[in-house]
Amino acid sequence: MSDSGSPLMDVFFAILRAVVIFAAVLQVVPALVYFERRLAAWIQDRIGPNQVGPVGLLQPLADVIKLAFKEDLTPEGVDKWIYRLGPALVYAPAILAFTVIPVGMDLQVASFDVGVIFLLTIGSFSVYGLAFGGWASNNKYSLLGGLRASAQMISYEVALGLSVIAILMTAETVDLNSIIRQQWAAGTLGLLQWNIFQQPLAAGIFLVAAFAETNRLPFDLAECEAELVGGFHTEYTGLKFAMFFMGEYVAMITMSALMVTMFLGGWSLPWVEIPTTPGVGDIALSIGIFMSKLIVLLFFYIWVRWTLPRFRYDQLMGIGWKVFIPLSLLNLGLTALSGVLGWNWLIPLPW
Amino acid sequence: MTQSPENSGRETPVPSAATLEKELEKGWKDHRSGVRPSSVSSITDDDGEGRMVMNFGPQHPATHGTLRSIFTLEGESIVEADVEIGYLHTGFEKLGENMTYQQWVTVSDRMNYLSAINNNVGYSVAVEELLGIEVPPRCAALRVIMCELSRIADHVLCVGLQGMDLGAFSVMLWAFEKRELVYDIIEAVCGARLTTSWTRVGGIMRDVPEFFPDLVYSFLDEFPPIIEEIHGMLLNNKIFVDRVKNVGTVTTEQARSYGLTGPIGRSSGLDVDVRRDRPYLGYENYDFKVPLQTEGDSFSRYMQRMEEIEQSLEIIRQAMATLPKGEVVHDDFKTSLPKKDAVHKDMESLIHHFKLVMLGHGIRPETGKSLYSCTEAPCGELGFFIASDGSDTPYRLRVRPPSLYNYGLFPRLVEGGMISDAVAVLSSFHVIAGELDR
Repeated sequence: MSDSGSPLMDVFFAILRAVVIFAAVLQVVPALVYFERRLAAWIQDRIGPNQVGPVGLLQPLADVIKLAFKEDLTPEGVDKWIYRLGPALVYAPAILAFTVIPVGMDLQVASFDVGVIFLLTIGSFSVYGLAFGGWASNNKYSLLGGLRASAQMISYEVALGLSVIAILMTAETVDLNSIIRQQWAAGTLGLLQWNIFQQPLAAGIFLVAAFAETNRLPFDLAECEAELVGGFHTEYTGLKFAMFFMGEYVAMITMSALMVTMFLGGWSLPWVEIPTTPGVGDIALSIGIFMSKLIVLLFFYIWVRWTLPRFRYDQLMGIGWKVFIPLSLLNLGLTALSGVLGWNWLIPLPW
Repeated sequence: MTQSPENSGRETPVPSAATLEKELEKGWKDHRSGVRPSSVSSITDDDGEGRMVMNFGPQHPATHGTLRSIFTLEGESIVEADVEIGYLHTGFEKLGENMTYQQWVTVSDRMNYLSAINNNVGYSVAVEELLGIEVPPRCAALRVIMCELSRIADHVLCVGLQGMDLGAFSVMLWAFEKRELVYDIIEAVCGARLTTSWTRVGGIMRDVPEFFPDLVYSFLDEFPPIIEEIHGMLLNNKIFVDRVKNVGTVTTEQARSYGLTGPIGRSSGLDVDVRRDRPYLGYENYDFKVPLQTEGDSFSRYMQRMEEIEQSLEIIRQAMATLPKGEVVHDDFKTSLPKKDAVHKDMESLIHHFKLVMLGHGIRPETGKSLYSCTEAPCGELGFFIASDGSDTPYRLRVRPPSLYNYGLFPRLVEGGMISDAVAVLSSFHVIAGELDR
């Protein structure tokens, strides 16, 4: 995509990609909210939003308008600047992290050599947003929520990072497009080339840690409404609250996209050849493949949220430190061992 | 502030509106700067020893009503807990001293709005025992059926809320959906859904409609699958079981000394059930078991409620099979109203009607007579102490609400646990603020 000749065109294409992809992600958030609400209603034998627009499709828009017109309250005694910084620090990293995800064949906002590392670095910034929001609100519930959020995200980031490292070790690259290309092999048996089958342990750890990183049930301890009212966002109203809210959903999309890229073959499918010089049709197809995989994962996220109860705080930390981190270290050791023994993958392929 | 009556309004000038506004503004500013601490360290260190005091209610999503607990926290652990009640005090008992025996039925269902029928029945049974009258067999059987239906609705809602408070929101809505079946029956029987006011002293407001058996039988068919569904969602779920096992354990000794009754008492091994120990309304004629658990933790309270639902279904089946025909109101017109038709056509009935309705002629137990009568409500033993002074209204009407006694143990149970445990315990206790504060 970036070999169009003149440097001016390069810049133009880079800006175009950035605008289009960011705008698309922003549009996906309301759609995802609607999707989640309809799905939750389906799980719970309800109807869900169906009044605003055709089959309720405009409901998220109405919600955004409502939130925009809400009074923007700042409680007494808050640390004003940190209080305002909180939502931005949740929202910005989540969307920045999306820049390196290839949404289609070699199609991403910014192509770094260190894609994965950039993503993990930026993604971990959002913990500051939650901690700042909880700390600055001058509210006991918020404070506890912020504390829970920071401890939880820091602990699970270790497991998340270790499971990603196992993939990077076998792939021997940090470029996400190369990782996707390595997961491709022709024919139905090519499915086994996906990292979810090659590194099942890492995939499982990554999936659970991603739930914890995005503060979704069963790990939504930072805002669990039954204990802490609203957790870190108890005192936030209007658009500040909306930024927290959207940040959560963008983070969910980013984590699912990363999962798709790292473990589910990204924009490729074993039955579709990867051409060396892709045309517009090929790119469109790859975007479609990526999106459908993403939707399946998001469905899984929502399904789990409306099914499982949440952990207690000490149980959560116990599982994080006593189960997931040792497991991911074990996985790392196994991967290293298999690399020394000369196996290309953790599970040798049948051919 | 005190003014002597002779110079009131004369020598003290009335402040102008502008002055008042200024005063208010200043007061508001002082108030705001006074109560809100200005730095985070001051909210985390309430007692000077690094402990934080947190209000859990009266407005809190997990309290399901206006309950207030005050937790002293060290980090997330509760080192000290206290409860404060009275936020929903409504003076129901005092109202009882100013309303006739028949009128107070309507108040009784405001007390525990989740099992209004049981409250109606409990109160009516108490007054009937005081008067020494017995209701017709059909009335007794119908009361039993409706009580058990109401118990099922209450238990299934409590179990659903237990799931919701721990994060499994869907379970609550599934339970709610099946609970609607009960409310459909209640609506068909008495026209209201929540505040039923269904019973009368000496009977019930009217006989059930013809399609009542169809409704109940279809309920008996449709309801039981939800038990399996809820078990499937919660019991097979390690997260749920880990959250409620060994949390808020009540020993049998504690249960006895704190006066815990109902599912909470039975789940800790205290074998009490008013329906079996002191039968009323012919409960002795039905064959049912009283389930018992031994652990006394939140998990056993969940299991206890689920098992009790099954027993209640069994009672309903038996009662429906043997439902007698006949009158539903006690035929002594000294206590119960004659039929409206008869009032229009018949002199005797008109006189009875008039005397019952007019103050000074209605239901009047003997002077000095008093008694304590109790029934088994879904939350536990619901008792009424009624003392008569021979007038139309009771001299004293005292309610023994199960929630009050159950809630008394709550702070002792959550001490040493975490905030999340407090939620798990409170949701399994099913405290109804209306009956707690009366």
